[in-house]
Formats: sequence, C-alpha cells, structure tokens
Amino acid sequence: MGRPSLRTWVLGLLGWLAAILLFFPIFWMTITAFKTEQGAYQPDLFFIPTLQSFREVFARSRYGGFALNSICISCGSTVLCFLLAIPAAYRMAFFPTRHTQSTLLWMLSTKMMPAVGVLLPVYLLFRSAGLLDSIRGLILIDTLINLPVCVWMTYTYFCEIPAAILEAARVDGAGFWSEIWHVLAPMALPGMSSTALLLIVLSWNEAFWSLNLTSAQAAPLTVFIASYSSPEGLFWAKLSAASLLAVAPILVMGWLTQKQLVSGLTLGAIK
Amino acid sequence: MRSTMTLAAGCLLASLAGAAEPTRVTIAAVNNPAMIELKKLSTKFEAANPNLKLNWVVAEENVLRQRVTTDISTGSGQFDLVFLGQYEAPIFAKGGWLREMRDFPASYDLEDVFQSLRDGLSYEGKLYALPFYGESSMLMYRKDLFAAKGLTMPEQPTYDDIKKFAAALTDKSAGIYGITLRGKPGWGENMAYLSTLINTFGGCWFDLQWKPQIDSPEWKNAISCYVDLMRNYGPPGATANGFNENLTLFASGKAAMWIDSTYGAGPLYDKKESQVADKVAFASAPVAVTSHGSHWLWSWALAIPNAAKSPEAAKKFALWATSKEYVGMVAADAGWASVPPGSRKSTYDNPEYQRAAPFARVTLKAMQTADPLRPSLKPVPYQGIQFVGIPPFQSFATVVGQYIAGALAGQMTVDQALKASQAAATRAMQQGGYLK
Amino acid sequence: MWLQAPSVVPLALWMTVPLALTIYFSFRHYSLLTPEARGFARLQNYRFLWEDPAFLPAIRNTLVLIGSVLVITVGLGTLLAALYERRFFGRNAATLLVIAPFFVMPTVSALVWKNMILHPVYGLLALALGKLGLAPIDWFGAYPMLALIIIISWEWLPFAFLILFTSLQSLDAEQREAAQIDGANSIQFFLHITIPHLRRAMSVVVMIETIFLLSLFAEIYTTTSGGPGTATTNLAYLVYSLGLQQFDVGIASAGGILAVVLANFAAFFLVRLLAGGLKGGH
Repeated sequence: MGRPSLRTWVLGLLGWLAAILLFFPIFWMTITAFKTEQGAYQPDLFFIPTLQSFREVFARSRYGGFALNSICISCGSTVLCFLLAIPAAYRMAFFPTRHTQSTLLWMLSTKMMPAVGVLLPVYLLFRSAGLLDSIRGLILIDTLINLPVCVWMTYTYFCEIPAAILEAARVDGAGFWSEIWHVLAPMALPGMSSTALLLIVLSWNEAFWSLNLTSAQAAPLTVFIASYSSPEGLFWAKLSAASLLAVAPILVMGWLTQKQLVSGLTLGAIK
Repeated sequence: MRSTMTLAAGCLLASLAGAAEPTRVTIAAVNNPAMIELKKLSTKFEAANPNLKLNWVVAEENVLRQRVTTDISTGSGQFDLVFLGQYEAPIFAKGGWLREMRDFPASYDLEDVFQSLRDGLSYEGKLYALPFYGESSMLMYRKDLFAAKGLTMPEQPTYDDIKKFAAALTDKSAGIYGITLRGKPGWGENMAYLSTLINTFGGCWFDLQWKPQIDSPEWKNAISCYVDLMRNYGPPGATANGFNENLTLFASGKAAMWIDSTYGAGPLYDKKESQVADKVAFASAPVAVTSHGSHWLWSWALAIPNAAKSPEAAKKFALWATSKEYVGMVAADAGWASVPPGSRKSTYDNPEYQRAAPFARVTLKAMQTADPLRPSLKPVPYQGIQFVGIPPFQSFATVVGQYIAGALAGQMTVDQALKASQAAATRAMQQGGYLK
Repeated sequence: MWLQAPSVVPLALWMTVPLALTIYFSFRHYSLLTPEARGFARLQNYRFLWEDPAFLPAIRNTLVLIGSVLVITVGLGTLLAALYERRFFGRNAATLLVIAPFFVMPTVSALVWKNMILHPVYGLLALALGKLGLAPIDWFGAYPMLALIIIISWEWLPFAFLILFTSLQSLDAEQREAAQIDGANSIQFFLHITIPHLRRAMSVVVMIETIFLLSLFAEIYTTTSGGPGTATTNLAYLVYSLGLQQFDVGIASAGGILAVVLANFAAFFLVRLLAGGLKGGH
C-alpha cells in the first residue's frame, strides 16, 4: 500500500468532488453572510467582503444569551440521555431476552407521534407544571425526544463488541462499573462519540419545541435564527450571518470529535 | 444537568444580590423593519423609565402569530404586550383575553388614529389594541418602462387596463415581466391579495347563511384573470413568491407592475436596498366591477393580554410606541420615509412626510377608503376585506390558497381548484358549526 | 430488567401522559379560539380528517418521501462510506465537508435551497442553466416533490454516511487481507464483505431516518406550504393544516393518533424487512 497509485488519485478526486458538491450550499451561505443585503442576490463569487450583516445581527439580538441557552440545553439533554440509555443498552446488548426486540421497537414508536399533533397538550401540560420558558423544560423535552435514538444507537454499538472481552475482564475480577469504564467505554468510544454528536446536533437544531415553549428567557439559537427569516423585507445577508453564527459552534465541536472518530480504533483487537 | 444547576445557582445569587428589581415587560413582535426600528429606539424609553426593562421576543409573522395565539388563548401570561392584527384582535377580544384600551391622556389624541383601523381593532364598541402601523394595498409600477412604451397609468386603473399594460410591457428575453403578484399559498399570503381581487370582481367568501361562494361566477372570473395574467406575463416560480420575493423581484428591476402592500413602498424608495428607487410610481389598486374591497386594510397593533404580569408598564410602553412623539423620533433617526405609515392622520398632514414619501398620497387615499365592515358588493355576515374574521379561516383559506397555487402551477384547471376549494370550505364550516 | 428501568420509566410517562391527553382531546371539540364550542365530539374529528380529499394523497406523499430519501441516503451513503474508507489526500478535511449539511438547521437549509439555489429567477441553478442556453426550471411549481426529496436527502446523507463510515471502521484488517489474498477485486469485496458487514448499521440508519421522516414538517412548511394543490402535503403537514393552523386541539389530536397508528403499520413491515439487524448480537 506504498506509493499512491492512479486508483488512489481517482478515488481521491471522486471523494473530493462529492465533498465539494455536498458542501456547496453551505459555502454559498457562508459567503453571502459577508455580502451587503443588496449584493446578497447577485451570484458573484468575488466581491468585497463586509462585516455589516454581522454588525447588524449583533446589534439587534443578544447572540451570547441565545448561544448559552443552546449549549446548556444540548449538553444537558445529551448527558441526561446517556445516563438513562447506557444501562438499558448494556442490558439489552449483553443480556438479551425475548422482550428485547419489542422493547426497542416500542421505544422507537414513541417518536412516531408528529410534534404538530401533540404540541397543544404538551403546551398545556408545561403551563401547569410551570415549565414554560425554562431551560430545564427544554432539556426534559429534548431528552425524551432523543432517548429512543440514543438507546438504539448505543445498543447497536454495544452489539459490535464481542462478549468475550467483557467475560475476560469479569474473570479478571473487574466490578460492573470498572467493566464499563475500563473495558467497554474505550471500545465503544467511536460509536458513542458519533451518537453524542448526533444527539447534540439534533438538540441544537430542534426548532419546533424550542420555538413554541420558550419566550424571553430560555430561547436557544433556533429562536434567534427564526427572528431573521421574514416574509417582509430583505434579509438574506443577515440570515446567512445569523445562520453562520448558529452553526459555527457546532461545526467546530464536530471537527474536534471528528478526530476521535477517524482515529482508527479497531475493534478486532482481541483476536 | 450540571450546567442547569450552575445556572440555577447563578440565578439565585443574582436575585439575592439584586436591589430593587425592575419591572419586566415581555413584548412579542414581528421582525418587520418598523418593529426592528421600534426595538432600537426603545432604549430611549428604558432610559426615561429606569424602573422598567423590556424583553423582546422577535419572530417571523406566522411563528409569532402561533406563539401569541397559543399563549393568549390559554391565559399563559408569557407576554405582557403583543403585536397582533386586525384578524386576531376581535377574536381575542370576544374570548375575553385582552384588556380594554381606555383612559388615554389628552396628548395622545386618539381621534388622530384612523377610524377604520380603530373599528377593526374593536369588539362591541370597545377598543382593544393600539395601531402601530397600518397598511392597505396599491399598485406600484415602473414609470420609466411605461414612458418608454408611451403608456400612462390612470389614477384608478381597471383590471382591463392592467391586462393591456402587462401584455405591452412583458419582455421575457430581457428578463422583464409585465406583472408580479403573490402566489405563495397561505391565508395571509396569496389569499390576502386574491380576496381583494374577488371582492372587486363582485364576489365574496360567504353569503348571509355562511354558505361558501367559491363556486360562484365572480370567483371564476377573478381567479381566471389572475391565472391568465400570471401565466402569460408573470415570472416563473410564482407559486413560491410571497411579499418578500416579489419585493426583491421589483426592487431588482425585473417586474413592471406589482400589486401589494403599501408597506412595500418604503423599501422600494430606499436607495440602499432598491435598484429602482427613482423609477417607481404608484396608483390605486385596480378595480373591476366594483371598488368595494379592492384594497385591503391591515394594521399591526399593540394589545395587552389579560394574563399579563405587568399590564400597567405594558400600557405605558404601548402609548409611547404609538404616539405622535414616537413618529418624530423615527423621523430624526431614520428619515421621514421610514416612519410608521398608515396609522395617524397627523403623519400625513406633515409636509415633511409628504416630501419624503411620494407614495403618501395614494396610501392615505387607500387607508381612508378601505372599509372592513362592508368588504363586498353583496351583504356578508363577516368583517374583514382580505380575511374573514372567524377562527377556522386560517385553516381553510390556506387550503384554498394551496388549490389556487395548484391551478397557477398548471397542475389543475381553475374549475377543479375552485371545486376542491368549495368542498374544503364547506367541510370546514360544517365542522366549525357555522353550517348545519 | 432492573437496568432497563431508568429508561423505561420516563418513556412510559412520555408515552402515557401526552398520549392519553391526545386520545382524550381527539374525541372532543376543543378549539383554543372558540371556547364556547366545547363538547364531546365522538368520531367527528377523525371523520373530518380521513374524509378529507387530501388524506390519502398525504399518506401516499409520506411514503414516497420516506422511501425516496431512504434509498438515496442509504445508497449514496454506502458508496461514499466505501469510497472514504480508502485513504486519500486530505480525507479528514473532506469528511468534515461531507458531514457539514447535517449541522445546519432544517429551516435554514430549506431557505437556502429554495431561494439561493433552486429559484428560477435568481437561483444559482437557473443561472447555470441560462449560461447553457436552457430555460430555468420552476422546481417548486413543477416538481415540488422532487425538490423536497433533493433537499431532505442532502440534509440526511451526512448522517447515513457517518453511521456507515463509523461501522466500516470496525471492518477487520484481517478480513480485508484475506480477501486480497483470495484475489477478490474491489467490486466483489464491496458486495460480499462490505455490504453484509454494514447490515446492522444500515438498519440503524433506516429505522432512525424513518422515524424522523415520518413527522417531517419544517422543510415543507418553509418551501411549499404543502402545495401546489396537495402535491407535497404529508401527514404531519395535513395535521398542521387542518388542525393546528386554526388552533383546533381536537382535530390536531385526532391527526396525531392517526399518524401513530399508520406509523406503527409502517414500522411493522419495516421490521419484517430488517429482521436480521434487530436481533442482539451475542
């Protein structure tokens, strides 16, 4: 596998072509963020960049407040999800019963109710419980929305770990939590990282509930963006700027996690 | 979890450390340029009233409407002050969810506010909201393109005139479309314009027994006219075009005529945002059979929910934001062309405004002749020119808008669209208990 | 079972309480805006929904949408994952570009596609077509479903790619060497080793995407509002259009229940199809 062959070059070209095609809309949105409102509709690739739109966005809204809320809610709900999902996934992956499959399906089916159908009952429930416009209310909702996905994916990644390793550790006298921490976690790490990334992204972009259940205090970035999409008035450059500001933190975070995913941990170690 | 607890601990400390807590007023607003300007200038209000703090919740119109309606109708008290329109105000007032607006200081001059707006925001004679700005609809056109073809636009054009002009002015190879109209489905989108079209062709939504009139010949004439105009002389992709998209089309010079909100005039005049700032002229919205209901009436107004936590402070701000002094503040900050239009007569009497906003005359005429209590040639059981003031309207009108968009896109004939719309409206009225 | 309890209890609550509320409301006249018209509705809310001429088209549209997006994302995702599995220059950077679309808010994605790319007057695609001398395509007027499928596939392809790619990481180096020794070429390797290995990952992708796509709403709301006509109305949008838009809790709730019933049907068949991927591996 030494010198790069023609095949590697061709593959590389294809790979990059796919990447550029997929990334292009985001690229376009990014450069629009640096245009003036008037220039936003012109298809110019080369132009004089300006920070005008960013300035207006920062002047108009408290970006920091929204971002902080988004971070709290995404991280809070992801942590809570894992706390609840890991024990269940562990149980189902390593000690499956005849009920396992139906339990999994039942968990997934809770997600089948379209949010538009259950919005008003939940709103009324939240109102009675005093959870409207609160961070813990949104953490609760996001956790419950993402829990089935978290359980399912963690279960799948646990399944890929040969039971032999765990048995070996148990034979060596490791306790349950030690087993999880020292043996299971390192091997399931790529999978759990991608699950965590997925959950954070899902929670970060969750717009329907965050729009409807918050007002002034607990509003996350999805509400911030919603205030820039308007049926009245030119808004393209500002929307692009706002979207960039909303996507940037999570893209950076994704890049950091990316290293772990691609670090090449192989699971076939015990053989 | 940890972050929540840290946050909670922080809040606890903050509340212990804080001295006299300022009264918080939570305001729900749309992200229109006028309201964004209000938000910007509201710091002056906060400076003059140091014991009040304004919290703004700004969202797009439809999202905001949903939020506000859910909050107000369940008495949740999330907002102290909300922006709402002519459609919601009477419905909310009827449900007993709004505080009556009364006890005005003499300097406020309530009589200065347009009567038609006040009527639309009242229920059983009592006023429930203060208009922030009002709008009607009118025709905007490119005087340079007209001059080049030797055409003149009459003060009150008819739809026959419009057809002639559109045919003469369309030059698709040069990217000029004779006319652009709303096509995006929605009760406040394409149906807002189409209702006025139907009114002026002599039609209406319901007869006195609440039977839908969508299968009437007046509807057929109106919708056929619309579809023909757009198919022959309109831009492609019309079914995705709402106010915004059409504003962009006109401002970038691609359309010769545009019938839409008077609110569109301001941005068209702004040299920073429009390429046709010195080429645009205005005329009254076209008429066909009658001038009843040929142009709409809408205002965004400030109302205080009954469940508001700081109603007195909210009222104070509402009075400030809709006062004559505020108009002066905007003029000083952003120029006379950007002041809240269509709400006060005094704005239109002001010579500076007339100078800065050449569209003022046509707008004033439109505001004064729009009558929401008598929107159609025929007697009707509802009020509202471009809407019907009943709760199910939002739903079935959007469905009708979808079918008409389908006809515009060529997926069905006008007859099929009208038939399906009639069925949808009938079912909705039966479900809603209006029809037996 | 004790270990499953922590996640089962909150889910039970989540299922039961709002579900019970929804069932309750579905049998009542309860519109937020007309408090005077409350009362027992028997099956009227349900009848209003399933007698609507848009009901069957909505179901059909839902299935078409889900099916198309699944085929595109899983198919392209597998190919991309296999492609990226080989080391090529700058692969890490390219991977980041590929997964980027998943991070953007669905509403923003939809707006960017609708106004910047697909718009027939000033979209980039129209511009490109114009340079080639072709007429612009009115995507949302003439091919609304196709436009939606493109947008949603674009949003979900990174997810499928990520899951499949991560799963490929665990493909034995040994297996690969063994196959090379046996003289298998790339295509044979791909078909006989890669794809079976990915079966479990594929079933994860299919299940999760199906769950999310069943209640797809934001993109339709932003672009076509379910139209033109009923061309892009799916079940979730129908519930919104007939119920939520006029704040009628009764109709919206009945719609929610109908959606759950239909989704369970779909899941039933899906499970049959993917039976292999669901069994525990130990």
